[in-house]
Amino acid sequence: MKKIVGLASFTLFAGLLFQSCDNTERKLPILGEATVEKKMVDGKEVIDSIYPTIPDFKFLNQDSVYITQDFFKDKIYVANFFFTHCPSICPTMQRNLLKAYEKYKNNPKIAFLSHSIDFKYDQPHVLKDYANKLGIDNDQWQFVMGSKADIYGISEKYLVYTKEDASVPGGYDHSGYLVIIDPERRLRGAYDGTNDEQVTKLLEDLDVILNEYR
Amino acid sequence: MIYKYLTGILTLILALNLLFSCNNKLSVQTMQYATIGQKLYVQHCQNCHGAKGEGLGKLYPPLTDQKFLEENRDKLACIVKNGMAGEIVVNGEKFNQAMPGVPSLTNIDVAYVLTYITTYFGNSTTHFTQEEVIQMLKDCR
Repeated sequence: MKKIVGLASFTLFAGLLFQSCDNTERKLPILGEATVEKKMVDGKEVIDSIYPTIPDFKFLNQDSVYITQDFFKDKIYVANFFFTHCPSICPTMQRNLLKAYEKYKNNPKIAFLSHSIDFKYDQPHVLKDYANKLGIDNDQWQFVMGSKADIYGISEKYLVYTKEDASVPGGYDHSGYLVIIDPERRLRGAYDGTNDEQVTKLLEDLDVILNEYR
Repeated sequence: MIYKYLTGILTLILALNLLFSCNNKLSVQTMQYATIGQKLYVQHCQNCHGAKGEGLGKLYPPLTDQKFLEENRDKLACIVKNGMAGEIVVNGEKFNQAMPGVPSLTNIDVAYVLTYITTYFGNSTTHFTQEEVIQMLKDCR
């Protein structure tokens, strides 16, 4: 009996040890090419890696209110690019992002940002109608529109390909990545929003990064 | 010992029979149509209507409304091929989002995909024939 209790507590202890290892040590990578900067700290030369960050932005959201980077201050957010009448990958991507929205609903540290790449059609009232029908009933998931130059320009910063292309269904070509941005505006993960395994990974990784910014 | 063994086998057969019994109603040809139809469904319909025909919120209707499928059986070919617009009621919910058609589908393709939808998401036990689809497409509004 003593032996069993001993073994059990050892297993439990070992388990806890491994678990804590896993939680504290796994960190999401920082994406993008770093530039190296040399600077002087206390008279010593220190090499610092500077990773790419999302620049300032200002887009009109589904409530016709301008949204800037300040809305996402101190938050981790997931960004993507879509359009409301997209017949190809968007519905699957949004269905999957909805899983994340529902999992983290009312968590003040997590937000979502969907950029419309259809700058002609997706006016705020169209985005509002879309958000309502998707079942979004708070401001945690922002749907935004902007000029073609601004939206397509920022998509590059998120490493997402977007292009106006009359030859594809719907008229716009883009990749279906869901991108995690940390509170320091750095890219921490990119997941194919149309692939179930990758979406499961996104949900796991959001827990990991939440732990980093507790 | 042998008795136990036999009971085991019998239970297994019963269980397997139960598991596949819903498919027993379908003829081999209907099954073949549905299997090909599933591939077309994944390619052309699943993005919006979902892998289980569950739809998406109030944007895209589910394809599981038995009553809708039965009452509109004659219109389904036109909807798949030419798309549709305007308000509809599915499972008691209103939907109003234009659906693009898939004009590239051939008549037999339409029969395949409708067979898949109505037998897997609905409870139809028969397949759509090519002739039936041709007839339906003549009467599109």
